[in-house]
Amino acid sequence: MNVALLDHPASQAVAQGVIDCDVHQAPRSLADLRPYLSERWWRHLEMWGLRRRLGPAVGPAYPKGQPGAMRRDAWPEGGGGAGSDLGLMQRQHLDPNHVAFAILNPLTPSAQGLQNPEFSAALCTAVNRWQVEGWTSQDRRLRASIMVPYEDGPAAAAEIDRWAGERNFAQVLLLSRTAEPLGQRRYWPIYEAAERARLPVGIHAFGYGGQPVSGGGWPSFYLEEMVGHAQCAAAVLTSLVMEGVFARFPGLSVVLTEAGFAWLPSLLWRLDKLWLRLRDEVPHVGEAPSATIRRQVWLTTQPMEEPEPRRHFRDVLEWVGADRLLFASDYPHWDFDDPAEAFPVALSSELRQAICFTNAAALYRLN
Amino acid sequence: MIRAPIDCDVHPVLPGLAALRRYLEPHWREQIVARGLDELESNSYPKNAPLTARPDFRGPPRAGADPGRLAAQALDPFATRLAICNCLYGVQLPFSEDLGAALATALNDWIAGEWLDREPRFRASIVVPTQNPARAVAEIDRLAPDLRFVQVLMLANDSAPLGNRLWWPIYAAAARHRMPIGIHAGSTYRHAVTGVGWPSYYIEDYAAQAQSFQTQLASLIAEGVFTKFPDLYFVFIESGWTWLPAFLWRFTKFWRGLRAEVPWVATPPAEIVRARVRFTLQPIDGPDDPAVLLRVLEQLGSDRLLLFSTDHPHWQFDDTDALPHWFPKALAERVLAENALETYPRLAGAAATPAPGEGNRS
Repeated sequence: MNVALLDHPASQAVAQGVIDCDVHQAPRSLADLRPYLSERWWRHLEMWGLRRRLGPAVGPAYPKGQPGAMRRDAWPEGGGGAGSDLGLMQRQHLDPNHVAFAILNPLTPSAQGLQNPEFSAALCTAVNRWQVEGWTSQDRRLRASIMVPYEDGPAAAAEIDRWAGERNFAQVLLLSRTAEPLGQRRYWPIYEAAERARLPVGIHAFGYGGQPVSGGGWPSFYLEEMVGHAQCAAAVLTSLVMEGVFARFPGLSVVLTEAGFAWLPSLLWRLDKLWLRLRDEVPHVGEAPSATIRRQVWLTTQPMEEPEPRRHFRDVLEWVGADRLLFASDYPHWDFDDPAEAFPVALSSELRQAICFTNAAALYRLN
Repeated sequence: MIRAPIDCDVHPVLPGLAALRRYLEPHWREQIVARGLDELESNSYPKNAPLTARPDFRGPPRAGADPGRLAAQALDPFATRLAICNCLYGVQLPFSEDLGAALATALNDWIAGEWLDREPRFRASIVVPTQNPARAVAEIDRLAPDLRFVQVLMLANDSAPLGNRLWWPIYAAAARHRMPIGIHAGSTYRHAVTGVGWPSYYIEDYAAQAQSFQTQLASLIAEGVFTKFPDLYFVFIESGWTWLPAFLWRFTKFWRGLRAEVPWVATPPAEIVRARVRFTLQPIDGPDDPAVLLRVLEQLGSDRLLLFSTDHPHWQFDDTDALPHWFPKALAERVLAENALETYPRLAGAAATPAPGEGNRS
């Protein structure tokens, strides 16, 4: 393991600044959301809690490697969880790492995929209002993702319509592990609304769809769940292509977040071959899946791939296409990628600029 | 062809439940008629889907249903010396372990009687009723004296991940009889075939098999199967393999960060895989450009991983292009036969010839 670090390139400072496409902010406690909830829904939250399609009433399906999967140095001294203090986020990450823009993806608490669809919708709206008042209006570098109650397509579309056109929001936030694969018809109102609002749809790893993370049942370990997000993302992408979502919504852009990217080439090779063999079943898929994906899908870099030997990273870059990649740090999570240290090989300044800035600036129309 | 290959994946197709009648006990022979049991064709391979049988392999008789025809189509063109029969008839699908065990026993005896006895180049995997691991162990122990059974066959998606300790008695039995565990694409459909729910189309189901193998590999490593059974090989059959390098990079990265959760995994995952996991050659999920696939072969980092297969009668390639022309010559030597001989002890030497009296077990 230590040997692999020997060919690690020298730190590459990012003078131009970076666009960080995955930062997680959180309320200090649920009480922070109370001003944005009706009395009815606040009472509901207190009495029933966040009932997800999961056994434990609180916490993740698998115990993390450390509390909240957070960097131990990211917990504010004044209380509240990691990611709940804008000042600390600025001092610890945004300022020293030259973050020009950051895309906020709130995950805790997630109002998405709750068992009660009406409460899910009300809590999503509350979180979005909190994002504007507590975050995007407080620091011009921050852009939020619209949290939507995705298991209810029309309600999710209404939430997108509510915020469309506001500079506070850069994308729509979905989680990858939904009740059914995300290409299915029940989710189409989301894509229609996102296309109308000219907002990319970010699909972040995790979720509460009630399905085991593998097709063969529930694994035992957090380690397996973390690795499994890549396989789930592959299934999501397969679903979006085979259901014809990209053809139906040609203006739709999808960003796969925190699911890795080195797996993509093998998936594209497999899908292209299978499409040639089995296209009789999916006549609405009019071109090779790889062509669609290379036009309408982007992937964030964290957790960065670390091939052994590291030179294979260049194969991956070539096969995925550097124009598909968006830098992300995942601050304040334990597997945070530092923009100066994360890449396993030295990149040319053009490539680095594309992945760390210009790809995201163009996609999210940031400047 | 450089040398006579060993084909590690051909599929005998049961013509129908009726063909098992003479191999079933009287109770079950009566039950399948009295209750009007349907065929256990699996949704993993729809009978008329293009992938399930190459056009020139289709009949009548149905592709894969006739031993002589299969040998002529799959073995003769390659001068294959031995071929491992993996029967995919869905005996794992019923929810009753009694029915599953009765059908598995009959199916294995049908394979011995109708396939192994007829063609000396055939070897076979033991199909086991995974409804209950104890019943699977009994079936392995029953058939182990017949050295023409060289492997235990499981599916890439079952009720629990395959590293889970509930399966370990099966692995102990396989190790005891010097058989690898073969994991074949497919599902018992106890869960949706993807980690995000039931897809709409078959093409998604088949594409997802590659992801299922990845989660199974994670499970086998994380649970400590390779530590517990130091002599046991796992063969991933019809799994694809171009996903392996990227999977190992990701798994290794998280293992470094989270290995306190699985302290028994003391060896880097890539080393474990290179020593103990094998992959059949077909399908090759790659682009047309050989230069790219040559780089994937380099990323695999070992010449021991791949085992020659045709996946007959599934439509994975045309003509006789099972082993691509651009395959490096030294690697081809290993892939065609040497790797299989190392993986399957029962294929070697005297084991290749059945002892007298072991031919007909029904």
